[in-house]
Amino acid sequence: MTSTGAAPEAQATGAGGAALVIERVTKAFGSFVAVDDLTLTIQPGSFFALLGPSGCGKTTTLRMIAGLEQPTSGTLSIGGKDVTGTRAHQRPVNTVFQSYALFPHLTVGENVAFGLRRTRANDIAKRVADGLDLVELRHLADRRPGQLSGGQQQRVALARALVNRPALLLLDEPLGALDLKLRRQMQLELKRIQTEVGLTFVHVTHDQEEAMTMADTVAVMNRGRIEQMGSPAQLYELPRTTFVANFLGQSNLVAGTVVERDEKPGLLGVDVGGTRILVPQQRAVRTDGAVLVGARPEKMRLLVGDQAPGEAENVLGPGVVTDVSFMGVSTQYQVEIAGLGTFGVFAQNLLGGATVTVGSPVRLAWAVDFTFGLDGAEAADEGTFDLDDEL
Amino acid sequence: MSITAALGDTVAGDPSAAPPPRRTAQRAHLVLLGPGIIYLLLFFVVPVGALLATSLYVPVPGGDVGQYQPAFHWQNYVDAISQFWPTIVRSFWFALLATGAALVIGYPMAYVIAVRARGHKLLQGLLLVLVVAPFFTSFILRTIAWKQILADDSFTVSALHWLHLLPADARLTATPFAVVCGLTYNFLPFMVLPIFAALGRLDSRLLEAGSDLYASPTTTFRTVTWPLSMPGVVAGTLLVFIPAAGDYVNASLLGNNTNTTMVGQVIDSRFFKVLDYPTAACLSVVLMAAIMLLVGAYIRRAGTEELV
Repeated sequence: MTSTGAAPEAQATGAGGAALVIERVTKAFGSFVAVDDLTLTIQPGSFFALLGPSGCGKTTTLRMIAGLEQPTSGTLSIGGKDVTGTRAHQRPVNTVFQSYALFPHLTVGENVAFGLRRTRANDIAKRVADGLDLVELRHLADRRPGQLSGGQQQRVALARALVNRPALLLLDEPLGALDLKLRRQMQLELKRIQTEVGLTFVHVTHDQEEAMTMADTVAVMNRGRIEQMGSPAQLYELPRTTFVANFLGQSNLVAGTVVERDEKPGLLGVDVGGTRILVPQQRAVRTDGAVLVGARPEKMRLLVGDQAPGEAENVLGPGVVTDVSFMGVSTQYQVEIAGLGTFGVFAQNLLGGATVTVGSPVRLAWAVDFTFGLDGAEAADEGTFDLDDEL
Repeated sequence: MSITAALGDTVAGDPSAAPPPRRTAQRAHLVLLGPGIIYLLLFFVVPVGALLATSLYVPVPGGDVGQYQPAFHWQNYVDAISQFWPTIVRSFWFALLATGAALVIGYPMAYVIAVRARGHKLLQGLLLVLVVAPFFTSFILRTIAWKQILADDSFTVSALHWLHLLPADARLTATPFAVVCGLTYNFLPFMVLPIFAALGRLDSRLLEAGSDLYASPTTTFRTVTWPLSMPGVVAGTLLVFIPAAGDYVNASLLGNNTNTTMVGQVIDSRFFKVLDYPTAACLSVVLMAAIMLLVGAYIRRAGTEELV
C-alpha cells in the first residue's frame, strides 16, 4: 500500500494509520467544562470507540481531534507530531459526520474526489472508483447525494473520508440516522473495511452495543472524563464504576458492607442485608466499608424450591418472580427480594421458554468469580437510562 | 388500501363516476386565478400589444406634431436602432457595471448577515432592517441626495481633492461614474436580499466538511460556499441588471446628458417631450427584447434550474 498524495503528513504514517496522543486536554465553553483534563493514547491501526451519553464530551473530543475545535488547554499529537493549534484542513484526519455533510451541489464521485483534489493526489479517478467499490456504490457515482437513501449517503460519506487514507478516521455517530437493521449491517461493514484498510478509526457513539461490536478498545466517557477504558470484554466483565456497570449492558447492584477480609484467600466477605456474599478481592474497587456488589443478569440463575447452589456460588433470596419476558433466545426474569430491590436474570432458552412463572418463590445464584465490587459511595443508578432519554 | 383505491378512482377511474369533485376543483382554481389573470390582461397584455402596435405607426400626413396613424412601418425599428444604438449599448454597459459593483459590495454584506451573524437573531434582524431601510425614503429623494454627495463643492469631492485621489480639475457629479454609483446604490438591496436568502440556507456543517477534507477557508469558499449561493447570486444579478438597464432617473439626475444618456431617458423624452411615440415604442420593444435575450442566455449559462 502506498499512500501517495494523501495529506502531506499522512504519507509518513503508511498503511497502519497513526497513533493519537491526547495529553491533559480540557475544553471549556464559558463556564461549562465539556472535556475535563483528558489523557488518552490510541494505538495505530486500532478501532477505538468513545462511548457515552449525549453531553458527555465525546463529540467535543472528536471535534478537537479533527481540528474543528481548539482545546482550552493541553496538547494533541498525531503520529508523533504535535498538531495542537493547527486547523482542520492542515491535519491528516478525516471525519464521517453524523449528518454526512455531503456536498449537495456535487455528484457522488465529485464528493469522494473532493479531498483528493485538494491535496492534488495522483490517479484521482482510479482512487475514487476504488473508494466507491469499497462501499459498493460505484454505479451511483454520477448521482447527486439528494437522490440517495440514508444508508447510501452514509456509505458515500465513508468513502469520501477513506479515499484520502487519513492517519486517523473519525466517525461521529455515523450510524445514528439509520434504522436498526441497516445499522447492524453497517456495523459489520465498517468493521470489515477497517480491517481491510488498516487505518486508525476513532468512533464516537452513545450506543453501547455498537461500540462493543466494532471496537478493539472502548473508552466510556461521562461528564467530560473517561470512566474506564479497555477491551469490550474487560469493560463488560469487570466494570470499575457504577456508571460503566449500568451504561454498558445491565447490572444488578446491591449495597453491602465488607465484614471479612482474607478469611478465605483472595476473597472479601460482604454483608448484604444479612446474607454473606463473596467478592474476589481482585475484582473489588474498595476492600473495606460500604461497597456495591454487582453481577450481570446473564450470570445469575434461578434456584427453585430446595435446589442447591453450586460449590463457589453466591446466593441471595428468597424472592418472588414479578415479571417474565420471553425474548426468543433468552427469557428475562425480574425478581423482587424484600429489602434488597429488584434483580434481572437472563436465562438462555436451552430447553424452550420460561421455566418459572410470575409469583414463584425463587433464590438467585451466581458464580463468585463473576461478582464485582464497586465503591459504595456512588449512586447505584448512575448511568441507567431515564425513560425519556434517547435510546 | 382503501385510501389508495379511492385516490385511484378519482384520478384514473371512470370519468363518469368521478368528475364532480374534479370539476369543482377546476372551477375553484379559475376563481382563484381570475383576478390575477384579468389584472394582467388589462394592465400588461393590452399595453404591450398597444406598444407593439404603436412602434409601427406612421405620422398622419399633414397632421400636427404627435399625430400618428396605424401602419406596419418596420422601418421605424431600423431608424430607432441606427440612431440610438450607442445609447442602448451604454445602458447595458452601465447596468453591467452597476451589477458587478452591487455584487462586489452586496455579497460580503449578505455573507456577514447570513453566516457571521447566524445565531444572533437580533443582530441579524437589525442588519436586514438597515439593508431595507433606504426603501422607506423615496427613490428620487435618495438620488437627489447623491447629487449633493457628489457635487463639486461637497465634502466628498473636496476630501478626494485634498487626498489627491481626484485630479484638481476633475469632478464627480455629471459623470458616468456618478450614474453607475447611483444605479449601484439604488439597486443594492435587490442584490443583498436574494444572496442572503441563499446563504441563510447554507448548512455550516458543509463548511466543516470542506475544511475536514483539506480545503483552506479560501478553497472552501470557492468550492462550497460560492456554488451553493449561486441561486441567490443569479437572482440578485437579474434583479439589479434588469431595472438598471431600463433606468432613467439616475442618468437624468446624476448624469450630464451627453456621455451618460441611457435608453430610458431617450424613451422618456421621445414619449413626453418630442411626442415621437413610434420611436419611443420601438426603443421600448428593443430594450425588452434585448433584456429577455441576455437574461435567457445568462440563466442558461448559470444553469440554475430552480429559478426558471
